[in-house]
Amino acid sequence: MSTLYAILLLAATLFMLGGLARKARQYRATPAPLKIPVTPAPKTTGGVVLRLAKEVIFFASLFRSNKWTWIFGWMFHVSLALAFVRHLRYVIDPDGMLGFIWPLINNPIVQSFGKYAGIFLVLGLAGLLARRILVARVRYISAPSDYLMLILIMVIGISGLMMSFVPSAFIDIVQLKSFMLGMLSFDFQELPTSVVLLIHLTLVAVLGFVLPISKLLHIPGVFYAPTRNQVDNPREKRHIADWAKKLDETRDSYPELRD
Amino acid sequence: MADYEVPELKEYPVVPLPVEGTMEHLSPFVAKPEFQEALNYVGKKIEKEGEMPEYVLVDGWHDKAIEKMGDLLGRYRGFQVFMDSCVKCGACTDKCHYFIGTKDPKNMPVARQDLLRSVYRRYFTFAGKFFPKLVGARDLTEDVVQEWYSYFHQCSECRRCSVFCPYGIDTAEVTMAAREIMAHIGKGQKYNNEIIGKVFTIGNNLGLPEKALANVLEGLEEDVEYDIEVPVKFPLDKKGADILLVTPSADFFAEPHIDGLIGYAKVFHATNTSWTLSSRASEAANFGLFIGSYENMQRISMRIRTAALELGVKRIVYGECGHAWRVGYSFLNTLAGPFDFLDQNYPVPQHICEFTLDKLQKGELNIDKSRNDDKTVTFHDSCNVARASGMGNYPGGQFDIPRAVINAVCNNYVDMEPGTTHDATFCCGGGGGLLTDDLMELRVKGILPRASALNNAVNENGVTHMAAICAICKSQFTKVLPYYGFTMDQIVSVHQLVSEAIILEGQVDPED
Repeated sequence: MSTLYAILLLAATLFMLGGLARKARQYRATPAPLKIPVTPAPKTTGGVVLRLAKEVIFFASLFRSNKWTWIFGWMFHVSLALAFVRHLRYVIDPDGMLGFIWPLINNPIVQSFGKYAGIFLVLGLAGLLARRILVARVRYISAPSDYLMLILIMVIGISGLMMSFVPSAFIDIVQLKSFMLGMLSFDFQELPTSVVLLIHLTLVAVLGFVLPISKLLHIPGVFYAPTRNQVDNPREKRHIADWAKKLDETRDSYPELRD
Repeated sequence: MADYEVPELKEYPVVPLPVEGTMEHLSPFVAKPEFQEALNYVGKKIEKEGEMPEYVLVDGWHDKAIEKMGDLLGRYRGFQVFMDSCVKCGACTDKCHYFIGTKDPKNMPVARQDLLRSVYRRYFTFAGKFFPKLVGARDLTEDVVQEWYSYFHQCSECRRCSVFCPYGIDTAEVTMAAREIMAHIGKGQKYNNEIIGKVFTIGNNLGLPEKALANVLEGLEEDVEYDIEVPVKFPLDKKGADILLVTPSADFFAEPHIDGLIGYAKVFHATNTSWTLSSRASEAANFGLFIGSYENMQRISMRIRTAALELGVKRIVYGECGHAWRVGYSFLNTLAGPFDFLDQNYPVPQHICEFTLDKLQKGELNIDKSRNDDKTVTFHDSCNVARASGMGNYPGGQFDIPRAVINAVCNNYVDMEPGTTHDATFCCGGGGGLLTDDLMELRVKGILPRASALNNAVNENGVTHMAAICAICKSQFTKVLPYYGFTMDQIVSVHQLVSEAIILEGQVDPED
């Protein structure tokens, strides 16, 4: 059973990273033949980095667009990041290669932020779910998968919170850590016996499989949108895609240009 | 007059509840096969006895459509990324002027994208191939194509939704891809494609031949001289001129466009600038943009390069036209460049507002602002200028420069309310290749947010006139704002205001 879970989690992780890398590669390989930044847009690469940072860190456009969606969405994503950092303690060996990070992770501030972030993560998701159900416009555009993904992450959050806050669901985290470290070195160890933990891990694995084949592709997508990541310098610099170069060779031969 | 209701103007913006299907009856006329073929597209006609022929999908349309979609996904990163990255957050749902005006949920940007995305998912993604119901994927059927044809011609490609999208998804790109796919299976739009055909055969959107154009310009010279007793010239095909002015052909005869053209000519006259129009490039507009066709957009742009070379000019200046400025500013260098044969001390191309402001700031124009004192002016930011191009050498110049020109020639100027100007400006309702009578209902409803903002500016700030720098905006406003109680002459060109305020050497004003 424990070995099965180790394999499942490893497979999910590989599938997720591989899938995301494949998508990012596809995006990079696809040319953007025209300059289409939504203006006003930065005129320098530094400006573009700043623009993307504002989008990725603060959800700047969403903030302008809709305050409720922004509050819930931002709360969820920041909480997710904090919870993720807290979880690093399970995969970092203080005596291992990444041991130097250990003090950064294993300190009361990061750990308690990560712990309580779980609450806000669930609240944020609940807000997004409520919006999806209650706002007629958003309900109209929602497919079953849109609800299911929110519920999936919510259940992951709730099961995680239970293991932190409900004494009867507490698990042996030392044993969990040896399972995780063992998994990473293919030296499979026993998982702590806990239904809540199994639910948590199963759904995390499901999330890993769903991510690269779903709308969760907004993760690489946000970096590759030409509307946001292009420098606004078309008058100064010619911007030509490989496939368009061929057209340049014949562009003088249209009949109306010769009369 | 019409079998639909003109929406009511409200003081505060109202986001409607979606009402399904209010606009599904509306779609533009389909282009005839011969016009399709002129643009390297295809078409099929079915003759019907005693009736109008029908233009239908070509044989094998299903596979051809999917193949075209795959082709575009591989050539346009934006299209590929936008198909994948929407999370259905709903941020865009209340941003489209056509949704606000029609209440039809398929006019919400995300829903419009989903018409295409659902097919993308079905044929190009794992989840859509195996779990179509779960992720909202669907087969491509004739009904789906009809739905595309209707709703992708209810998007003016104004990009307002893209400003507000957390992932920068640009519905304009999706609409362009959809139109390109449809054009490849026999469903091209008559208005756009026939106009492009006219550009290729005659030289401009209006089909105004060289001789007629020369006559129009001659007439203009006479009119202006009669008015102010100054021989302001409108040169055509003058070799060796410094500047080639490329302007929308509406400037040659439509109101208030033509008053803008007179304004450009007066500015050139006052500053002793040698300039010319070109019969070859007698059109700034480039409808290749609207149908998402790189090839046609490049072909139209090449007229300008060729004209500049033939005439031996040093600079290219664009007149007041929104989408033309997008193609000029953002694409011309790419499509028809490099322009290393032009004077590199000036941007290529330059906008007439950039040119005029420079002359105003240098004090080369004799301006009497009080000549516009009968007006309180506001400015409509045209979508393609505001969100798809720039002016000057810093981000946002496209907002400041036209306003600076207006403020230099008018004493009374006010902005419309925030959220309806700058990069949040509302489309006029007629952009993106929708400025056609067969889409009148859409144009009347889509103007609602702009009309409301204008109405508030009229009531609160005593605004009398709205200036614009786009030929489509001006045409749409003069035709459709009267449905809301405004008059046609309330719409002015920015250079019309310049024209009013400028005093040329030797000018004699007519007695009132």
